[in-house]
Order: sequence, then structure tokens, then C-alpha cells
Amino acid sequence: MDLLSNLALGFETAFTPVNLLWCFVGVLLGTLVGVLPGIGPTATIAMLLPITFTFSPVTALIMLSGIYYGAQYGGSTTAILINLPGESSSAVTAIDGYQMARKGRAGQALATAAIGSFIAGSVATLILAVAAPPLARVALNFGAAEYFALLVLGLLVSISLAHGSVLKALAMICLGLVLGSVGQDVTTGTPRFTMGFQELYGGINFVSLAVGMFGVAEIFRNLETERSREVGVKSSFSLWLTREDWRRIAGPIARGTGLGSVLGILPGGGHVLASFASYSAEKNLSKNPKEFGQGAIEGVAGPESANNAAAQTSFIPLLTLGIPAHPVMALIVGAFILQGITPGPNVINDQPALFWGIIASMWIGNAMLVILNLPLIGLWVKMLTVPYRVLFPAIVIFASIGCYSINNNPFDVYAIAVFGVLGYVLIRLGCEPAPLLLGFVLGPLLEENLRRAMIISRGDPTVFLTRPISATLLAMGLACIIIAVLPAMRSKRAQVFVEDD
Amino acid sequence: MMKRLVLAAAAAALMSSSAFAQDAANYPNQPVTIIVPFSAGGPTDTVARLVAESMSRDLGQQVLIQNVGGAGGTLGAGQVAKAEPNGYTLLIHHIGMSTAPTLYRQLEFNPTEDFTPIGQITSVPMTIVSRKDFEPADAASLVTYLKENGADTTYAHAGIGSASHLCGMLLQEAIGVQMVTVPYQGAAPAMTDIVGGQVDVLCDQTTNTTNQIKAGEVKAYAVTTAERLQSLPDLPTTAEAGLPTLDIAVWHGLYGPKGLDPAIVTKLEGALQKALADPKVGERFAELGTKPVTAEEATPASLTEELTSQIALWKPIIEKAGQFAD
Repeated sequence: MDLLSNLALGFETAFTPVNLLWCFVGVLLGTLVGVLPGIGPTATIAMLLPITFTFSPVTALIMLSGIYYGAQYGGSTTAILINLPGESSSAVTAIDGYQMARKGRAGQALATAAIGSFIAGSVATLILAVAAPPLARVALNFGAAEYFALLVLGLLVSISLAHGSVLKALAMICLGLVLGSVGQDVTTGTPRFTMGFQELYGGINFVSLAVGMFGVAEIFRNLETERSREVGVKSSFSLWLTREDWRRIAGPIARGTGLGSVLGILPGGGHVLASFASYSAEKNLSKNPKEFGQGAIEGVAGPESANNAAAQTSFIPLLTLGIPAHPVMALIVGAFILQGITPGPNVINDQPALFWGIIASMWIGNAMLVILNLPLIGLWVKMLTVPYRVLFPAIVIFASIGCYSINNNPFDVYAIAVFGVLGYVLIRLGCEPAPLLLGFVLGPLLEENLRRAMIISRGDPTVFLTRPISATLLAMGLACIIIAVLPAMRSKRAQVFVEDD
Repeated sequence: MMKRLVLAAAAAALMSSSAFAQDAANYPNQPVTIIVPFSAGGPTDTVARLVAESMSRDLGQQVLIQNVGGAGGTLGAGQVAKAEPNGYTLLIHHIGMSTAPTLYRQLEFNPTEDFTPIGQITSVPMTIVSRKDFEPADAASLVTYLKENGADTTYAHAGIGSASHLCGMLLQEAIGVQMVTVPYQGAAPAMTDIVGGQVDVLCDQTTNTTNQIKAGEVKAYAVTTAERLQSLPDLPTTAEAGLPTLDIAVWHGLYGPKGLDPAIVTKLEGALQKALADPKVGERFAELGTKPVTAEEATPASLTEELTSQIALWKPIIEKAGQFAD
């Protein structure tokens, strides 16, 4: 069988001592930079590119890929422990993960994240191995109209991200959309809301926003009650999941893996939807939706699995078509080119050892990550016993260094302070940062795809309804609204009748 | 942990203050940073990293690449314009250096006055490609087709001021028809939609197109330089296809801030020329569909000439198109 002989070739390549070593270095580095808020895989891979000059192509790419998916593992750690997400996907994990930590279940939250990520990563890699080329073809059917419809659907279902007032959640999504519109207009190049600062031409830096709104705002909130501050995890250092926990996370991990794998394949921004979509799905399917936002383990298991599955399948457009789905993939393209290989449809046939070696290394890397991360959990949790007066300045310093390292732009550091204050004000007003972040991430994509679809259709809005994929997605969105509104209407009507009596 | 941080900060401060005690004779005695005003992994970044790696060996010091992306490359260039002229902060920029003064009407620096040119590096040719089921079969029929149906044809580009945008302006000027222009954020998503058949035509650097052409994922019509490409010998030039005015290559140059010591310039010029003669660099450039410039072109005089003539060339074209980036 073809697949088996290909995989055999892959494992043969990946199991050489030097590749195993650099795979381990990659996932270890990835975990570490994922844990450090702000310093993400992009900065790390950019810094390490020169080192990989001396490696053979397959070794270099195994290590750089390892950094990327390793960072997806590590990214959840600070989100859970100190409410400091470094990227949009871990912002979702922070919602329930941090609440679990506050209830002394940080160990379980971290263990759930690691186990979910491992299962999702392994399954998604299998999908990559079995069906990468045909899946990439399907993904190419997604044009601007389809992405727009997908994003609308994403926004509609994710109103459930909020556990408080729906009205406030809507307001936060709108605020996020507004913040997302800062920067140069893609179509005309006109600067919007930049107030004369060239630094704002590229828009507000996501990491600054996330670090400010979540992490720094949380620090303010904690300092407010410094005397009585609960140390996140004072009692339980145990990370063992109970039988009940296992039962509760099985479904979310399976569904998250499925959702994440599908969304990750779409090169135009599907991966950013993965964890949001999974969270919404779990909340809507749950028998106790009220528990979400208060430390529901499903709210960690689903998004973490979805995120990792998407991270793995986002290699599909790159490896099969040479198309990078996001900035990290663009960097990996750079690494390919520096190694003298231009990624494209020919790589599978011309360089089978490289292609299958990378895939095989992903399984090995995922296994290494889970072995590496489970024992580390105890260490991370202990970090919370560091006195807060030492911990919080360290968090702020690391976050600032991390944000600065992304674009070497001092403006991004000032932005942390601004959003920290804004985030604190919003917490005091009972508004949650997660929907804001979602609006901020999806808003620019939504606008870009809407305008592109309209340009391509020469201004004909029916394009969203005449293209089958787009029409189907919009119909699903409409169904979501109806399902959400119907029970409310029915109960209201019932009330009206009661009052009439 | 705090103690260690303080120590690290002190060490960093010491290192940067020592930078002021430089003289040209013992240059370089610390790592040199080249700012690339685009994100890592892109074509300009790749060119810069290949050259930097080879230059490190000649200079005996690490040559580091720092990516300062944003605002079409003007943020990173502006940073170098304001940098200390000690030879430790340099810039590798492309054709955008010559279009910025016209595209950005409130530019904070002057490309001809605020920099010390060191030398040209390479000129990356561009290719006109389309989705693979696009009607015209060859370059000649593409020209005829666009003259008739250009207003109904979609042209993808990687954003205002990008090389593909500039090539599109030249193409539309040459055929005399305004196409439906579809902007993307970067070359990769534009190529994705060409491969996916969502848009019709794109003109982009060989770095991005060669492999897709070879794999048959896109249809190629012409190369925008005077000579045919070694990597795609069957592809006619735009002049052969009847579009002699469509002549564009993404040329790259190495610059320092204004007032760089002539001795340092000479040292860097020598290192650049050696890097461009390095067979490994030549080989990698060939894979990108380009080649290093000659030693005569890797000089301050040649870069100055190229920059001034290109600024003059693009000014009327951009103004006529009326598409500004600010």
C-alpha cells in the first residue's frame, strides 16, 4: 500500500538521531516560547532561521514545524494560570481555564489541554497524511464570498462566548470590530483612525490587545484586592483527571478535533475560527451551559483540541500547494526557500523523504510534547506560589519584551498599557474581553472578504446567495439565529398569556 | 528572577553604549544589523538573509536581519534614516524605496537624501500569470483579449504599492484598459486565489510564481524583463509579446543612514560584492529565478543612479493612476 510505504519512508527519515534531537529541541523551544506571553512562534522562527542554514532541509523544517505546534501546546499555559493569552486561540482557553485555576483545578485544566492537544494533533496529522492533496483542492473552492459567509456564521454562533449579558457581549463584539478597523484600508490604502501615527498603519497589534485586555487588566483587578487575593492554586497540585472528568472531555475533544481539522485547511483564515467555533459548539451542546465561564472543563478541552488540530492541518495548503495560511507558515516558506526548495505542488513527488519526514515528525513531536508537558504542569502550577508582588512585575516585563519583539515597534508596548486600563474599566463594568477579541480578530477579515467578494462580482450582492457554499453557510447562520430566538419568543408569549389570564 | 533581569538590562545598556565608541578602522567589532522593512519569510527577506549570511563571513562579525514591517516598507526605512550612522544599522529595501516618495505624500524621510547608498543586490524579474482555465492561450492573445475584455477581467495584487500593484499599473497603461483590481494582503493570498480560479490575472515576482508555473497550477504568459529567464526558457518577454513599455524588475539595494564614514562604506561594498560572487548565493538566487548584479552594479554610484532614475520613472505613472498609499 502506498500510504504505508510512504509513512515508512517518513518514519525512517524522522527517526534518525539528528532529526529526533532537533525535533525535540523544536517542540521544547516551542513550548517555552508559547508559555512566555507575547514571544510567539513567529519571532522565534525568525530568530532561528539563520541557525538552520547549516542543517539539511528536512532537519531544519522538522525543527521549525516543531516550534510552531509546540507553541500551540505552551500557549494555553499562561492563559490558564494567569489569564494571559498570547494568541487568539488561547484567549478562548483563558475563559474557562483561568476560572478552573481560580478554583484550584489548574492542574486538571493544563492536563486537559495537553491531552486534548495530543489527541487532536495525532488525528489531524493522520488526515494530513491520508488526504492532504484532495483536501487542499477543496479548500481552494473557498473564495472571498465563502470566507465572508463563514465569518458571518462564526460571529453569529460565538455570541455564546459571553456568559453574562448578551447585550454587553454584542457591544463588546462591536467595539472589537471598531478597534479592528484601525490601520490602512486594504483596498485604497487610506489610513483609518491612525491619528497621524505611521506605527498604526498596520493596525493595532493583536498581542498587545490580548495581553492588555486579559493579562494586565487581571493584574489591576488582583491588585485591587491584594490583601485578600486568592492565589490561583493554593490547595491542589494534582493533575489527575477523575473518571467524571474523562467522561466530560471525551466528546469535546472529538468534536474539537473535527472542527479544527476542517477549519485549519482553509488558507484564508479558517484556523482563527477553530477555537471560537469549538467553544460555541460545546456551550450550545452542553446540558449545563451556565457552567461555561465558571470553569467548565469542556470549555478547555474543546477549544484546545480544535486549536491544535487546526495548527496541524494548516500545513496542508503549504505542503501541497505552497500556499502559506498565516504568518508562521509564510516564515516556514521562507525556510524552505533558504534551503533551496520552493514549496509547491511538486514537493510531494520531488522530495518524498522531506514531505513524509515532516509528517512523521509531527507524530513524534506530538508524543514528545505530551511526555514533556505532563510533568511540567507541576512546575507551572508551582509558579503560582511565587509571591504576587514578584510575579506581576515579571509578567508585565515579559509581556512587554514579547510584544516588542514581534515588530520591534515601541508603539505595541504603549498599547499594552492603554488596553490594560481599558480592560480593567470594562471588567468593572461587567463586560467580558473575549467577545471584543473575537470582533477584533474577525472584523478585518470580514471586511476584507466582503469588499473583495463585491469587487470580484462587480458590486452584485447576490453573489453570496448564488454561490452554493456561501449560501449554505449563510443559511446555517440564519438557522442559528432562529434556534436562539425561538425559545425566548415562546417563553415570552407564554408569559403574555399568563398575564392575560 | 528580578536580579537576573536587572543584570541583563545593565549588560544590554553597556553593550549599546560601547557602540558609540566606534571608529572606522576597526569596523566591524560587533554584530551588524540589517533592517528588512518587510515581514520575515517574504522574497526581500530571503534575498537579505542569503546576502547577510555570506557577508558575515567576510566581515568576521554576525550580520543579523531584523524585520521591521509595516506601511509598505516605510516604517523600517524611516527607522534606518534616523539611526546612528555607525555602520551597525543598515537597510535592504527594494523597488519600494523609489515609489515611496510618490505613493506616500507625508513621508517622513527622503530616499535620496537621508541614506548612504552602498550597492545594488539583485533585480528579481516578474511574470504575468493567470488562473489555468483563463481563455487566452499565449502572450499575444492575452494582449488582444485584455484590449477587448480588460474591463471585465480581474487583476489581483498584493496591496497598494506592492510590486504586483506596480506591475499592474504598467500593464493597464500598456494595454490602455482599466481592469477590475482586487487587492490582497500580501502575495500569498493573491496567488491562492489565482490557483483557486477566483481571480483572473496576476503579475508577481518569479520568487512567488516559478514553482506554480512549473507545476501547471497557473498559466504563464510573459516575463517582464528584457531577457528570457533561465529557469523558464520557453516564456517570452513582454517586449516579444508586444508590450515593450511593460519593463519592471524588483531591484534591491543596500543602504546605510546618511553620513556613513566612507571607509565603512568601502568595507561594506567589498563585503557585498564578495557575497554576490559567492557561488552558494548565486545558486540560491537562481532557484528564486534571479541572479546577483555585477560587481560594477554593487556600488554606491550605481545604486544612486538606479534610485534617482526609478523615482523619476514611477512618479508620473503613480500620479496618473491616482493611487496613493497614505
